[in-house]
Amino acid sequence: MRYAMAIDTKKCVGCSDCVVACQTENNVPIGHCRDWVVEVLDGTYPQLEMELRSERCCHCENAPCVRCCPTGASHKSDGGTVLVKPHKCIGCGACIASCPYDARYPHPDGHVDKCTFCLHRVKEGLQPACVATCPTKCMYFGDLDNPRSDISRILKNRKWKTLIPEAGTNPQLYFLI
Amino acid sequence: MNPRVDPHLEIWHWEIPLYLFLGGLAAGILFFAALSFLLNREEKASTAVRITPHFAVVAILIGLLALLLDLNHKAYFWQLYTTIRLQSPMSWGAWTLMLVTPLAIIWSALHINTIFPSWEWKGPLKQLEAFFSQNKKWIAWAMLLSSVILGVYTGILFSAFNARPLWNTSILGPLFLVSGLSTGAAMNIILSRDHAERSLFAKIDIGLIGIELFLIVHMFMGFLASTQVQIDAARLFLGGPYTAVFWVLVVGMGLIFPAILEILELKKFKIPAAIPAILVLIGGLMLRFIIAYAGQESRWLY
Ligand code: SF4
Ligand code: SF4
Repeated sequence: MRYAMAIDTKKCVGCSDCVVACQTENNVPIGHCRDWVVEVLDGTYPQLEMELRSERCCHCENAPCVRCCPTGASHKSDGGTVLVKPHKCIGCGACIASCPYDARYPHPDGHVDKCTFCLHRVKEGLQPACVATCPTKCMYFGDLDNPRSDISRILKNRKWKTLIPEAGTNPQLYFLI
Repeated sequence: MNPRVDPHLEIWHWEIPLYLFLGGLAAGILFFAALSFLLNREEKASTAVRITPHFAVVAILIGLLALLLDLNHKAYFWQLYTTIRLQSPMSWGAWTLMLVTPLAIIWSALHINTIFPSWEWKGPLKQLEAFFSQNKKWIAWAMLLSSVILGVYTGILFSAFNARPLWNTSILGPLFLVSGLSTGAAMNIILSRDHAERSLFAKIDIGLIGIELFLIVHMFMGFLASTQVQIDAARLFLGGPYTAVFWVLVVGMGLIFPAILEILELKKFKIPAAIPAILVLIGGLMLRFIIAYAGQESRWLY
């Protein structure tokens, strides 16, 4: 099993519903977020191109945050997801500094927090909260090891990219372009 | 973590650079204490062997306190010592300190008479002291090795993060080691009452400063010949917001100027030896702070 998420940058309208859905679902403390929407503007007027990306932890296959964690609080879980055990985390911040995507934040309770791919929902057969909420249905979540899953199919048929592949993290968050 | 997007998300503040500075300082002090002892220079470099190591203990203890303050989950501190994770610099740094701290305390205890002349160990402590005195050579060897590891670690803690292009250079390990040794030598210059010993460490310090300058130039050459993100990282110091503080406070006031003063002093000009030494200490501290903050500003995205 290899969980991954794909997000269609052509369909995303930047409404930030995914951000609010995650904050609600996961009780994210006020002032923080596990996912966020980026608006990237390229080119010179009038030839401008805008890309909207809903970003979050990429659940990297080669995760620097897991490697640098001194206690093993940051670890690999089911389907390659990267999770934090709050009771093992000392809040040293090494993983926050090590993440090229700035996907982690210090939780006011002292541990570090980040996207979990909503594993608690996935285990019940539900989609992650952001995916389930998206009004344009531009997100896909599933198992890459299953060639018939939505995500395997969409990645086969569409052009996609990942963020900073040159960081060597092998991110599992795909952007359809 | 992205201080540009959201300033309060910068994760490492003053605690980590202070911890790294004090770690480097302790490494430098212990290194020279052990080396002078092993080379049979105990009399010639008596301050370095017998007095300065007390300050290494203080530096380590304050450093550990700073590290503790950095943790968001302070009560879980002990979890650092439930596993050894070789891939995590934080982890082996914590274990290195676990090795260095008792060595420094033993060494300091063996020379306690330099602070309390009439101190006498009693009972079992006396036997313990006798045991350590007999094996002082081995303790010195252990101290020599572990202080080098500690010194390198203060740099590796940063350079292991490829997420921060400014930190992601293996030069930081040797640079912080040499800087730590230089601050250790500076401590010896400040504390020594013996002119010959001061001159010895001034000479050593000049050499170390030369190596540091070489490493800094090398670091920037490496950045400029690297990928765009590292070129951008170097630009923080070459025209960017850290240009003035880095070149004036670290390179100018913290390296070149004290080196000139030390050379002049060796040439018999009347310069209080403590002035260049204090400048070296401030320079070393600033180096850690600037690299810590600028590194958190250097990034791949946005
Ligand atoms: S995106 Fe960041 S937090 Fe997520 S797995 Fe990769 S390095 Fe770790
Ligand atoms: S903050 Fe917590 S999860 Fe992150 S590296 Fe430190 S102990 Fe591990």
